[in-house]
Amino acid sequence: MAAKVFEWIDERLGLIGIYNTVLDRNVPKVNWWFTLGSASLFLFVMQAVTGIFLAVYYVPSPDHAYDSIQYIMNGVAFGWLIRGIHHWGATFMVIVVFVHMLRTFFFAAYKFPREVTWLTGVVLLLSTLGMGFTGYLLPWNQRAYWATTVGTEIAGTVPFIGDFILRVLRGGNDLSAVTLARFFAVHIWFLPAIIAAMIGVHMYLVIRLGISAVPKEED
Amino acid sequence: MAESPHLDRRQFVAVVTAFLGTVMGVVVGLPAIGYLLSPATKVQKKEAWIPLGPVESYAVGTPTLFSFTRTTVNGWEKTVNSYGAYVVRFSPDQLKVFSNICTHLSCRVTWKEDAQEYVCPCHDAHFDAQGQVLSGPPPAPLIEYETKIEEGNLFIHLVVG
Repeated sequence: MAAKVFEWIDERLGLIGIYNTVLDRNVPKVNWWFTLGSASLFLFVMQAVTGIFLAVYYVPSPDHAYDSIQYIMNGVAFGWLIRGIHHWGATFMVIVVFVHMLRTFFFAAYKFPREVTWLTGVVLLLSTLGMGFTGYLLPWNQRAYWATTVGTEIAGTVPFIGDFILRVLRGGNDLSAVTLARFFAVHIWFLPAIIAAMIGVHMYLVIRLGISAVPKEED
Repeated sequence: MAESPHLDRRQFVAVVTAFLGTVMGVVVGLPAIGYLLSPATKVQKKEAWIPLGPVESYAVGTPTLFSFTRTTVNGWEKTVNSYGAYVVRFSPDQLKVFSNICTHLSCRVTWKEDAQEYVCPCHDAHFDAQGQVLSGPPPAPLIEYETKIEEGNLFIHLVVG
């Protein structure tokens, strides 16, 4: 019965075809460094899920941001767990994505025909750092406030247009409610959308081109 | 499996993956459900005796509205709820206090002096001076508060939640 149901669905959706293409593809003999891409994907999904859960209670307003997080930590069952996973997952994701980039670089896996995979990877790395930067402000505590003050000031040191960049980041001259709201929007909508789209292209290319082997001495 | 009592590598990996996946799903999934539902499990019992001032300040015969607010903490914010109570002195020593919340769908009723009845504007409900339903959709009479008088001051017993 179950086999018949699956057959009916598979005939229409082609699930076995997807499985064979995505998971049963040929790969060269590789090592544990080649698991970092999957690890990055897993961490992104984990951050997305915990982030969605945090959005149930978090309020991106100076009046309530800090208090709403206190409520998540102390008032809601397992709030400390959800936020803890999001907090440590963020740090871990930056490390994993960065080491993934190092592996690609040192194994020369960015060469023909995989240049576009590398370029989308650059966008993904920068977006991940952007997620870290924007997410850091959201707790609206002293560390968040002053870290963002310093971070936006650094952006302001760019010659000629630095002052403009600073005001774009802050949504004005001061770090304010406007800053918090735009950092929140970028953190939960803009960057996740970019990351999701780039992951789609990145993984399409990995499946289309296959992954490179570990370089040998004669390479 | 039928021809060999042993798992091959692929079957072993599949079984271990399914097992660990289930364990991880339960460990993460159950707290996630608790996280979403926990505010609903904390029922705040709001119970208090509300002072309505000296009994003598209420005219005999005419229902008089007394409005008050109660503040409760909900999550990260204080919520101020407004309440209205109609104090009716039928005679100098006989008194009732009604909630102005319509028993139909919680709109607020108003005393109409010319018609001598409480009217709810939402679905045209009518209650008499005793709070009994005259016409309209309400399933029950207006809610009557428990009262007490201490040293000439009127109190009502507010129980919510």
